[in-house]
Formats: sequence, C-alpha cells, structure tokens
Amino acid sequence: MAITVSRPKLNWSERLYLPAILGGMAITFGHLKNMLLGRTKVTMQYPEQKWDSQMPDHYRGAPALVKDEGGRVRCVACQLCEFICPPRAIRIVPGEIPLGERFAKVEKYPEKFDIDMIRCIYCGMCEEVCPEQAIFLRKDYAITGYTRAEMVHDKEKLIEIGGVMHGLVLKWNEKK
Amino acid sequence: MPNDSQPQLVNVQIDDVWHQFPKGTRLIEACEQAGSYVPRYCYHKKLSSPGNCRMCLIEMGMPKMGPDRKPILGPDGKPEINWMPRPQISCATDVSEGLGVRTISPLVEECRRGVMEFLLINHPLDCPICDQAGECRLQEFSVEYGRQDSRFLEHKVKKPKNVVLGPRVTLDDERCILCSRCIRFCKEIAHDDVLGFVDRGSHTTLTAHPGKRLENNYSLNTVDICPVGALTSSDFRFKMRVWFLKETNSFCTSCATGCNTIIGTREDVIYRQTPRENDAVNSTWMCDYGRLNFAYLERDRRLLEPMVRTENKLQPATWPHAIASAATQLKPYVGWQTAILASGRMTNEELWLAGRLAESLGVTLIDIVPRTGEADDILLSADRNPNTNGARLLRLASGSGTVLQQIKEAVWSGQIQALITLGENPLRCGITPEYLARLPVYVVLDLLANDATAQASVVLPSLGFAEKRGSMINGKGRLQRLNRAVRGPGEARDDWEILRDLVQAISGGNSESHARSGRLDTIEDVFRQMSEAVPEFAGLTLSRISDLGVQVLNGDGKPGNSAPEKMREREPEKQPQ
Repeated sequence: MAITVSRPKLNWSERLYLPAILGGMAITFGHLKNMLLGRTKVTMQYPEQKWDSQMPDHYRGAPALVKDEGGRVRCVACQLCEFICPPRAIRIVPGEIPLGERFAKVEKYPEKFDIDMIRCIYCGMCEEVCPEQAIFLRKDYAITGYTRAEMVHDKEKLIEIGGVMHGLVLKWNEKK
Repeated sequence: MPNDSQPQLVNVQIDDVWHQFPKGTRLIEACEQAGSYVPRYCYHKKLSSPGNCRMCLIEMGMPKMGPDRKPILGPDGKPEINWMPRPQISCATDVSEGLGVRTISPLVEECRRGVMEFLLINHPLDCPICDQAGECRLQEFSVEYGRQDSRFLEHKVKKPKNVVLGPRVTLDDERCILCSRCIRFCKEIAHDDVLGFVDRGSHTTLTAHPGKRLENNYSLNTVDICPVGALTSSDFRFKMRVWFLKETNSFCTSCATGCNTIIGTREDVIYRQTPRENDAVNSTWMCDYGRLNFAYLERDRRLLEPMVRTENKLQPATWPHAIASAATQLKPYVGWQTAILASGRMTNEELWLAGRLAESLGVTLIDIVPRTGEADDILLSADRNPNTNGARLLRLASGSGTVLQQIKEAVWSGQIQALITLGENPLRCGITPEYLARLPVYVVLDLLANDATAQASVVLPSLGFAEKRGSMINGKGRLQRLNRAVRGPGEARDDWEILRDLVQAISGGNSESHARSGRLDTIEDVFRQMSEAVPEFAGLTLSRISDLGVQVLNGDGKPGNSAPEKMREREPEKQPQ
C-alpha cells in the first residue's frame, strides 16, 4: 500500500532560508576561528608519527597470551577461545604438564597455540570467553608479514606480544 | 515385569497429569517417560539404587482414603492425593496405584538448590582443565539450580589429584561427588570389587582397595558413568574437549559381540569410542579392549597408495593401473590354481563381492581366518572376528578352518599359483614368507603394511571400520551397520569399490552377473543385490538397518557370544549399603 508522505509546512521565516544560511556560516566561521587559534585537529602523518600514546584503553589489537607475576603462562588449553572464535583463527593442541614440574598443579597447558592473524577479526571474543584471564587483546596493530605462514602467530610469538600482566586472579596457587 | 507377559498397569499422577506405567517401574524412570526429567547423580538405570546423592528429591503423595478404605475421588473422577510434607527420593521408589508426584514445585526446586550448594562446597574450580566439561552433570544442574556466588568462606578440603587408579583410569578425588556409581559398577557388572570410600564426612575419598588396582577389562565404563570429571580415561585425558567431537553411531569390531558405540572424531581424527545403549547387544557397556582398539587406523604403517610389483620392486601405481594389473595377473590361472583368503572382519557387502570375485575366477578354495581369544561372561566373545556369522551366511567360511589348511598345503605343493588375501595377514595363519615366495601372483587388499604386503605382486590399500559403511552380523545374529566417522587416509579406497572394480576387470563389464543385477554405483546397490540372493536380508536395505540393528538370524546355538540379553536391570539388591 502506498504511503502518502506529508510535506512539512514551512512558515514564513523558514521560507526565507536566510536563518539557515546564517547558521551554516556561523559554523564555518567557527572552524576558521579554531584554525586561526591552532585548536583544529589535523591528520597525523602515520608511519612517521604514531598515535600509540593516545590509544584508548579499550583499543583491540592483536590477541596475545599473558604471563602472571609468577611467570606462568596463564593459558590451560581449555580451548574455549578456539570454540568461540568466529573466523576460526585459533588452533590449540593441549598437553599435560609432567608431575614434578613447577606448575604441575595446573596439569594442563597448551602444547601448541596458533592464531592465524589473516583470519583474526579482532573481535575480542577470545578475551571475553577466557575463564583463566590468559588471552588479551593488546595494542599491537601493525601485524605484517611476507608470507601466510609468517602471519600465523605461534605460542612463542603470542607470549612475546602478551608480556606480563599484573593484578590477575591467582586461582592456581597452592592454597586454593 | 520380568515374569508376566501382560504387565499390570498402575495409574500415577505426575505434575498434575495422570499416566499409566507397568508395575515395578522406578519412579524416576516414570517421570522421565512422562517428560519430567528428574536430575540425578547416583542413580543409573543399570545399577542398584543406593539413594545417596539426594538430587532426585520430589514431592510425593498417596491417594486420600475415605472411612471405607477406598480412595476419595475428586471432581474429575480421579483419586484425590494426600501430599507428604517432606520430599522423597524418586530413584528408590517404584510406582504404585494412585501415586502422585510433583517434580516442579517450590519445595522441589529448593531441595535441588540446597543439594547443589552442598555438592559444590568442596568442588574445585577445575572446569577449564576438566575433561568432563561439556558433558558434566554437575555443570548442567548448576546452571539450573546453582548459586551465582558461594556462601562458603572456609577452606576447601584438599584431596589427592591425578591418582593413577589403574592402567587406563586416572582419578581426581577433589572432583568426586561420592555418588558411588563406579563402586557399584565394579561390584555388580564387572564383578571386580576394587573401589570403595575411605574416611568420613567431607573427607570421604574414593580409592582402590590397598594393593589392588582398577585394571579389569571394563574399567573405562566407570569413566562413562562418572557424572563428574573424577574418573577420566588416561587415553583420552586432555586430548580434546568434548564439544568439538563429531559423534557417529557405529559398533565395535573387535569381537563377535559388536557392542554399539559412538565414535568421537574431529577433523578425521578419532579421539574416543564410547558405548551406546542397546539392550539387545551390550546394555550400556563395552570392554576396554574394544574401546581402545582404534589407534591402528592412524598408524604410520597404513598403506596409502596402490602398488604394483615392477622389476621385482613394489612401485606406486594409479588405481586403474593397479586394478588392471591385478586382473591380468589373475586371469591366466584356472579356478583350482587360485585361492582367496577372506576375513571375518569384512562387512557383508565386501564378503558378498568377495564371493562374486571367487565366482568370476572359478575359485573354490576360499575361507576366512578364525580369530579367537579368551571370552569372559560379560561381553567379550571368544570369537574375535566381528562378522563370522556374515561369512557363514554368505558361505565363505568353512567354520573349522579345514579349507584354510587345504589352502596352506596347496600353496606349498605348488598347486596354488595365485593367492588373494582380503584384509588378512597370511603370516598369521601359518603361510610363512617361504610359502609366499612360491606364489607367482599374490594380490593383497589390506590396511597396514607388513612382511606379507612386502612380498605382494599388487597391493590395494583399503579402509578401516570407522572409515566406511557396511553391515555385519554379530555373534547373536543381529545385523548392524557401520557408519563412516572419518575419511580414509591417502588414496586408500573403500574395500567394496576395490572388489567391484576387480570383479568387473576380471569378468568384463558386460558379464552375466553384472547385467542381471544392474550397476553397482553405491554400497546400497551391493546390499540390494545381496538381499535379492540371501533370504535373510530380504526386505532390508542398508539404510533401513536401524542404529540398534535388526535381528536376522536366530541367536540360539550360535557360538561365541555369551552376553546376557539385558544386564542387571531391576535385580533386587543383595546387600543393602
């Protein structure tokens, strides 16, 4: 069914169009004033100038595996991130920590942990789903490589990007 | 129930609806049949009911009795119910006339929440590393009845973790919720009473009897029935999370019992095999030997491409070349110069085509290799061939192995010039490398490379039980179907396709049997052709065999399988706990 759109009824001053033109000019002159006073934000010259220092806290860069203060890679290979990952970028091969090792109480660790950065869409679901506070999206954004294989971050690379995170819940210490 | 053919029905009200159940039905089963699943941990329908987990508490009532000792009827003509003030467990009660049950009520919900809170007091936060996660009853019911936060401020009780209970089972005592299913299984089904609880209260710990281990051939069933992650399979431990596993209904081919199974795979890798309920075959159990007997499918020794001997060396070949080469090498010999060694591990369809192959070559010396072991009185059969009955039905098995002996002697005397082995290693039945060296033509269809395949003229790589479809008849005459769980490795082909191509290459595409039965494009066509010739399969198709199988032979007098029809169901408890 056709819908009849009623046109707005313009009053006398609106039909003159002058107030709207003046309003637009006011904005233009406002910008001119800001530019003359040096308050206008300008384009950054990216490769030479970087915005790393101004990056917001919620910025989602490359996912990475973090260590806690105790030096333990927090991942226990529960594979929830592998399960939730929408583009299926994550691949984990779980392994068992041998008895007698320093973190043997945790029992399980990732033998292999690969994230295919060509597939990764930086959605942050892996961070959200992680029950162990082990995977976080860090602020690395310039992920490049010459080959597809280079774009797959293996466990060592992920730990290197991740670094040490402080103030996490220490659920696997001996008292608990 | 067990004695009379016409079970007496009783009226039971479940959640305000009246149902009828045979007398003797457990209340918890009745509720489930009526569509109200009652959560439970300790109750298992094939084991006795100790009633110790208290999760299945429900509200129960009996009919109100008038002064004349007759039930008072309500306006709907049904008895009015006198509700008991306290909840009852539904797993240790049988249905009775006029019984009323409420599985959804504020009291029941409160009971379940209370039980869950107690169970979770000492439960560790192991879910991320626990193999049971994803199929854990405690997880499931804590979603429904658990608290978001813990009111427990004290320290949790510490118990042994990572305890090796036996060669195949690892125990985590902290995760145990003391349901005692494993203890009852060992006592009642496996008849190997090695598990028990020690200590008291929160410190109660599951352990094996001192000096004993959980090492019976049924130990991994305790892992299946454990409602939590306390008992884990050492083989499957930490291999793969269960939610990744694709489940394929199949059956075990390690003995003539043919226990129904679920094969858990991910991306063409088999991770585990678990029993599937079928009261006509295996109840809900299977033996450890059969369960773990799948690793050979992924061995390095798998034959991956067809090979043909040229210049006294086995060289990789294409499939058409290998089939044609096998056919031209076999053709010059007349029937009595050729023998076929078939296998009781082949499916009916493959055996049928092996029969056609023998027909096209005029072979009369054809037999399967018997494979026997020690039987137990639970499930494991002495006949370790899964399809001896199929081979007998299709007249490929001599039974006592007399033809086998004849073949062996004929190979030695030089009468046999060409030998075809289908999925069997002739070295295992006394045909040694010296025997094989006398053969001008030796065609092998097999999975794994071995000393015999090294001596072959043509090697045709085939598929294992989890990689193909097909049917087999178990020791009790039940026709069951294998389903494909994974794809075969390399260029290995389905056995029936290899045999079909070989028959066609030998007899020519326009042979009489070919014209008679039409084209064999799919395995369904093979089954159809077979069902036209074998009266036992009349009216069946491969797809029509249900997941629980079809009885095609009568089980009487068939050797090999002593598994009871239905194991321990509703037997009275011999000794109270």
